[in-house]
Amino acid sequence: MPNMSLTKTPIAEQDPKVRARNFKEVTLGYTPEEAMEEAKRCLNCKHKPCMTGCPVSVRIPEFVAKVAEGEFEEAYKIIKSTNALPAVCGRVCPQENQCEGKCVRGIKGEPVAIGRLERFCADYMADKPVAAEKAEPNGHKVAVVGAGPSSLTVAGDLAKLGYEVTIYEAFHTAGGVLMYGIPEFRLPKSIVQQEIDNLKALGVNIMTNMVIGKVLSIDELMGMGYEAVFVGSGAGLPRFMGIEGEGLVGVYSANEYLTRINLMKAYKDEYATPIMKSKNVAVVGGGNVAMDAARSAMRLGAEHVYIVYRRSMDELPARKEEVHHAQEEGIEFLVLNNPVKILGDENGHVKGMECIKMELGEPDESGRRRPVAIDGSNFELEIDTAIMSIGTSPNPLIRSTTPGLEVNKHGCLIVDETESTTKAGVYAGGDAVTGAATVILAMGAGKKAAAAIDEYIKNKQ
Amino acid sequence: MYKIVTRKQLNENVVLMEIDAPFIAAKAEAGQFIIYRVDEQGERVPLTIADYDREKGTITIIFQVIGGSTTELAKLNEGDFIHDVVGPLGVATEYEEDAKRIAVVGGGVGCAIAYPQAKKLHNMGVQVDLIAGFRNKDIVILEDEMKAASTDLHICTDDGSYGYHGFVTNKLQELIDGGAKFDEVIAIGPVPMMKFVCKVTEPYGIKTLVSLNPIMIDGTGMCGGCRVTVDGKIKYACVDGPDFDGHKVDFDELMRRNATYKEDEKAHVCRLTGGVR
Repeated sequence: MPNMSLTKTPIAEQDPKVRARNFKEVTLGYTPEEAMEEAKRCLNCKHKPCMTGCPVSVRIPEFVAKVAEGEFEEAYKIIKSTNALPAVCGRVCPQENQCEGKCVRGIKGEPVAIGRLERFCADYMADKPVAAEKAEPNGHKVAVVGAGPSSLTVAGDLAKLGYEVTIYEAFHTAGGVLMYGIPEFRLPKSIVQQEIDNLKALGVNIMTNMVIGKVLSIDELMGMGYEAVFVGSGAGLPRFMGIEGEGLVGVYSANEYLTRINLMKAYKDEYATPIMKSKNVAVVGGGNVAMDAARSAMRLGAEHVYIVYRRSMDELPARKEEVHHAQEEGIEFLVLNNPVKILGDENGHVKGMECIKMELGEPDESGRRRPVAIDGSNFELEIDTAIMSIGTSPNPLIRSTTPGLEVNKHGCLIVDETESTTKAGVYAGGDAVTGAATVILAMGAGKKAAAAIDEYIKNKQ
Repeated sequence: MYKIVTRKQLNENVVLMEIDAPFIAAKAEAGQFIIYRVDEQGERVPLTIADYDREKGTITIIFQVIGGSTTELAKLNEGDFIHDVVGPLGVATEYEEDAKRIAVVGGGVGCAIAYPQAKKLHNMGVQVDLIAGFRNKDIVILEDEMKAASTDLHICTDDGSYGYHGFVTNKLQELIDGGAKFDEVIAIGPVPMMKFVCKVTEPYGIKTLVSLNPIMIDGTGMCGGCRVTVDGKIKYACVDGPDFDGHKVDFDELMRRNATYKEDEKAHVCRLTGGVR
């Protein structure tokens, strides 16, 4: 008999007041009992709508049924068979737009908490080592550029098929955005490291401190015996608004702010990388990255942290849970506002932000109502730090050093439906192709690319 | 891990290290830089590549002990390892085509970077005036090397204890006043020095290249920390630079932004040394 509760089984979280000042994980996870109770809310629909919402096609009803029976290891294996990073996805996927968005239980009441259950299975298995099943080597080599979610997926899938995979990572640590972008309180770095260690156990070789496009070109990699190359080099340079004052001391891009905190651990005393101790912070933008930056600023001790967003609460692109958590932690949402200029003091330090109020007009090409400035509504916000979180533009390093690799007008790599670029043997996925998007979309692209690379190399013989 | 194969103390505060880094040595060009991280807790610090040996697979860095991270690096000896070294980053210096005479201006430890530029130009057959400025005689570095890499070496000291008494800008002005026709000036050193070299050359319309050293983290075009304003537009020193047309650089903004963490840096050095700088 299914559990007919209209709401999800509640999950334990750190108290908002406490967690707003520490970097420990916010959501504590289900106990086995809670997980089984929640799993029993699944109706095991024959047409499996949830699965159609998953970019990596996790066999959701099957794994949820195993959780309901208390067969957690079996459940984990089902997830893991199509998803290389379950502990990550369970935490950072925008489930409301994907699996949970399609859940029949969500028509009346809340959907099954698929994300929480996925995370539960991964966490349950975290301290129970599963012997890595190393595939028989097939004698073929593939190079992977970057070590973020799309690359890790490609590497895992190909290693399982017997390919000798080498990842070339520019940073000193593998993980990409999972390491430098998403904060510890949302995705503990030990979990990411464990997923990377799992890949190494599968035989994946990781070379850090290797900036492809500089130290080696794609063509040179091809000359080193790699039969195919996957490019998952990520989003690239942060955008700024082009308003006055963005060169002042105290203006960060969200990428820089988060990299200092997450990758370089500036929040810990024993690490050398500095970060400003801010009192009043304005984060410009409304995506997940903006929420991460705002919540990090709060944890570093800020008194007021504002989200300045030009549309309304309904249009915020961030995951609902992040917005909810941010509000609980005291982040102040100044929606329908747009910065006009950043104001500096006599020493060139940020002292304020001039904003203008906005209202929503007719829908634009994205289908969202266009924000329009209200004349004369300018006002000044007193801040000492501004964090610009308004997106990125693609990194030029690879496209500028790889003849035959074509990009669109935004500078993103052009790929076909198999993630194949315009250069034979070169595949690409993740933000390098789509521009800034989500972890799971990058993983979905990685999955497709791995299958296509396998096909390509097999057909070459 | 990257092994230090040679370590030399060039003066009280300046250290030379030759590092085993074959991938970087194979590709490095004058004007490019590396980023190092001394240990797991270290920050990522950019340093210009002073020299490279493709056959030996080594690169050379020359740095001034100035804050916490360079203090930690200077503590390492021959045979020790640096945790991370990544490069070559940035765009190699592009010289004026058909230049006949170029002034290369170095200030302090910046001479370590000016030197390979001079050497390259000298080898290309360009007449090189190498103007090297130091506070005093005791901290002069690389004199023999610089002499060999230039047509004329002009060492300047602020206090007149050696060579020309005055700043590099004074010397450059004198050379121009004396009729020297420079096709280009390359200035590498402290930001104020580069700013004032540009002030000297601007009235004459002499193209002036500067090598910028903003705060940087990844160095690959991701974080945006190294942005500088050039000709009123945002440029990223890590992928667009580090060389820029000095007449278009907003040096005052760069100086302010470089001082962002001055207080933190002081505190950090205090933790490392117990307050002794």
